Amino acid sequence: MKQTLYEKIWNRHVVTELADGWTLLFIDRQLVHEVTSPQAFDGLRLAGRKVRHPELTFATLDHNVPTDDQTVIRDPISKAQVEALRKNCKDFGIRLFDIGTPEIGVVHIVGPELGITLPGTTVVCGDSHTATHGAFGALAHGIGTSEVEHVLATQTLRQKKFKTFRVEYAGRLQPRVTSKDMILKLIGEIGTAGGTGCVLEFTGAAVRALSMEARMTICNMAIEAGARAGLIGPDETTFQYIAAGNRPYAPRGAALEKAIADWKTLATDPDATFDRTLTIDCDKLAPQVTWGTSPGMVTDVTGVVPQLDGVTGYSRADVEAALAYMGLKPGMKITDIKLDTVFIGSCTNGRIEDLREAAAVFNGRKVAAGIRALIVPGSARVKAQAEAEGLDKIFTAAGCEWRYAGCSMCLAMNPDQLKPGERCAATTNRNFEGRQGKGGRTHLVGPAMAAAAAIAGHFVDIRSWK
Amino acid sequence: MQAFTTHTGTVVAVDRANIDTDAIIPKQFLKLIGRTGFGQFLFNDWRYLENGQPNPDFDLNKPAFKGSTILVARNNFGCGSSREHAVWAVAQYGLRVVIAPWRKEASGERTPGFADIFRNNCVKNGVLTLELSEPEVDKIFGIVKAQPGVKATVDLPKQTLTVHGQPEQSFKFEIDPGVKDYLLRGLDDIALTLEKEAAITAFEQRHDVQLATA
Repeated sequence: MKQTLYEKIWNRHVVTELADGWTLLFIDRQLVHEVTSPQAFDGLRLAGRKVRHPELTFATLDHNVPTDDQTVIRDPISKAQVEALRKNCKDFGIRLFDIGTPEIGVVHIVGPELGITLPGTTVVCGDSHTATHGAFGALAHGIGTSEVEHVLATQTLRQKKFKTFRVEYAGRLQPRVTSKDMILKLIGEIGTAGGTGCVLEFTGAAVRALSMEARMTICNMAIEAGARAGLIGPDETTFQYIAAGNRPYAPRGAALEKAIADWKTLATDPDATFDRTLTIDCDKLAPQVTWGTSPGMVTDVTGVVPQLDGVTGYSRADVEAALAYMGLKPGMKITDIKLDTVFIGSCTNGRIEDLREAAAVFNGRKVAAGIRALIVPGSARVKAQAEAEGLDKIFTAAGCEWRYAGCSMCLAMNPDQLKPGERCAATTNRNFEGRQGKGGRTHLVGPAMAAAAAIAGHFVDIRSWK
Repeated sequence: MQAFTTHTGTVVAVDRANIDTDAIIPKQFLKLIGRTGFGQFLFNDWRYLENGQPNPDFDLNKPAFKGSTILVARNNFGCGSSREHAVWAVAQYGLRVVIAPWRKEASGERTPGFADIFRNNCVKNGVLTLELSEPEVDKIFGIVKAQPGVKATVDLPKQTLTVHGQPEQSFKFEIDPGVKDYLLRGLDDIALTLEKEAAITAFEQRHDVQLATA
């Protein structure tokens, strides 16, 4: 029987079959952050239960942490949530990457860079962007707090098999077009519910050519396409990423050699079948910019804000409401949209490579008058690496604010927020109403596009940037 | 968990597609570390004006829909974040049923009416996510508009929704048999899983978790 990568990982983790087509699946890693975990730990306490495998559970602080001065959390409610995670980790014997440690960062950046995320493993986190870890060929699902508690108590998850959906990215990206554009393009084509009920597998020459960082950006936004997981088959790029860095939780030496031999067997069999398939041509793919309040409301940077009836998958009322919220008119050129804020960071685009791309654009230039540009590294490691390469100097010389690691303005749970009506080019994943602050307007783009917009004051086609 | 068998209540409609979890409960309310007190923040930015007063134009605030327990909306309800706080807000507001349409795509495939994680979280909290076809949901929107305050009854064992308007209309719905059983019995799934202790232990003994010790 020919199998897909998803089916191979699934089969390796079946504890037992349950009634009605449900399966009890073993979970190799649970990642925990402060927002979606306190109620799960309280549930354990109430029932007198323990964490079954504290050694497979890793916690970090990311959503609430301030990124200007991390030693002081002024918001008492944020502080209480941070304190709750500290206490829960202490009480249940879980490793916490706390403020001030060299490992702290956004949960989906920390997992891969510490070698916690490995091919063929199952990974869960009370966070929808857990899909990120699929870039390694790990089956990674975002789950709710009840399921977080279930995994803490049992190290398993009750699951029903998803459908399989292969997205083949054919061809070759033009210079400066990135994996962010690849995933936004997909969401524009299939819609934000297009992958619901499916696990996506990203294949094709354009995917193979991507670095691990760029692959993570694609898998990260599988959830914005509605899918519970996104997968990329592990290859030499994957193995080198794991072997080359300082990844304390990954196997080393002979154990790594043995693991790699096993990981090579994970790839989808050549003639395995998928429930659905789609091909996207990358040769002519243009940088993408969202114009609305759903990630599927996206177009080429060379395009215009669409007519009310001109958007596949969205009703006239949806588009009308989105444009009213965004303060845009049909027919307006994307490159005429002027910005107030630029945010570069998040689990989507807060890795070292993203910062290098942005720095290459900022180098020797200045942020346009009136624009506030925030650069927030995804982890303390990314921050240290960027500083070792002098990227922070480039950002600050350009007039950007260089911050500590955290989720920051991606979801604005910490003090980094948009004011009502402010317009932001963000390298994040969601342009929902109020996502970056009540009344704030978000346009999703890649890091180089965001940097160029900060300098020009409006969107520009990064392909023609000199 | 509260079991779900049959339920009768007032139907309220929010005529929007892709209602995301940020709209259901904005992030400033995710900082609470308890499991209660979320109902007052359901649809916060739509439900309240800048000055904190209820928005009189939002249907949940209108007298006819006071105490509604059944919500009908458009497709892809609950997309976005995994925050279970969104479902806690739904449940603690008093909603027991959310109705959204599945969509038939050109390929013949059905796109579900609810985002996966949200739907999963609903099951864990005894909230029924009820999917009907788009024409059926259109019909319910029409009835609620013409007869505000109309009540409906959901019979989970029979898998029917009856809208008690003039005239009365019934709809048959499909549901995963495992989810149906779970809701009917109001089960604690951790206790249920722990009944499989022997299988979990046996699995742990043969499985390599690939963890290096740091």
